[in-house]
Amino acid sequence: MEHHHTNDEKINYGQLIINGIFKENTIFRLVISLCPAIAVTSNVRNGFLLGVAVVFVQVMVNSTVSLLRNFIHPRIRIPIFMLVISGWVTVVDMLMAAFARGAYKEIGLYIQIIVAFASILARAEVFASKNRIIPSFFDGLGSSLGFLVALVTISFFRELLGKGSLCGISILDAKPMLIMILPAGGFLVTGLLMGFFNWIDMRFYGGKGAGGAG
Amino acid sequence: MDSEFTKLFELFIAASVINNFVFTRFLGLCIFFGVSKKMETAIGMSITFTAVMVVSAALSWLVFNYIMIPLEITFLKIVIFIGIVAAFVQASDTVMRKVSPGLYYKLGVYLALISTNCIIIAVPLINAGEKYNFIESLTFGVGSGIGFALALIIMASIREKLELADVPRPFRGMPIAWVTTALIALAFTGFSGLITL
Repeated sequence: MEHHHTNDEKINYGQLIINGIFKENTIFRLVISLCPAIAVTSNVRNGFLLGVAVVFVQVMVNSTVSLLRNFIHPRIRIPIFMLVISGWVTVVDMLMAAFARGAYKEIGLYIQIIVAFASILARAEVFASKNRIIPSFFDGLGSSLGFLVALVTISFFRELLGKGSLCGISILDAKPMLIMILPAGGFLVTGLLMGFFNWIDMRFYGGKGAGGAG
Repeated sequence: MDSEFTKLFELFIAASVINNFVFTRFLGLCIFFGVSKKMETAIGMSITFTAVMVVSAALSWLVFNYIMIPLEITFLKIVIFIGIVAAFVQASDTVMRKVSPGLYYKLGVYLALISTNCIIIAVPLINAGEKYNFIESLTFGVGSGIGFALALIIMASIREKLELADVPRPFRGMPIAWVTTALIALAFTGFSGLITL
């Protein structure tokens, strides 16, 4: 991490959020927590719901970890973080099962799998365990909003091209491209968008391209 | 007996090829893209992965059916399964470090990440959700492991060639790997409908 903020340093919250959405976008730039990027993005509603679930979990985990940071022994911090994460995921899982029954049937498994997201553990470890609650809250918001944006973007293209509709409302009157809602379409759209984000980075920010660990 | 065996075989094929974890269920992608650059690491990872998957499926089945159901704490399954998996991964990490330091050096990062891997936690969750019995859970674990190994090895062999290809600069590395995966996934859709469970 380039920006190591200490507790007294003034932190620009807006910058934290913008950073999370563009420069350190979880999916397109860091290339982690990918599984749901394709699994739930065959329509916008599911993509958005999972994104919201992740935002909730990330923010709550960051806040909890930050509150407890002085009581967690460094040796056992990872298991404690995992416990906190799985606790909040259970909360979201039960809320979804109660209030969004239809969507839960399709994306329930992926909601439960939020527990295994590297990005959530990473933010807890890198940021929340060293900072006070307010900055941690915004850091969580930023990094998970990037995730939400990525999911909505991918599902936007997939639903538009694959079904000719958005959020279930039909808007294109052409014959849809079936491949887009097939699993293959998810990989394709994500790959192309990733290339596009790299291109933006190279063209406008003078980056080296090569986003992510690859 | 015979029909039971057929059922297990169908389950195995379904888990490994038809509902391949990578290409149709989209799980374990971080590891899939992370270690598929070289054949050697891909093979090492597949072996570790399958072993961890089968054992954690067995362990969590036992805990789920003999501890969690009698105590009526099935709503805690996410917390408990991740605990079981993390503990077992830690153990296999230690064993691998002693037995094969070379491989450990290469896969160390991903072994540490394996406990935060979707497939490993998904297998017990699906087993619990589908109410498989013990043998079925094991078969499902083996099938998923083999399916993942298959995906990893196909991908690694393609990416070794891809290193030499002239790819447009923004697409180098990850993006082209994704587009390639899309093509493989398209091929795998051909398996759907092979067996209807």
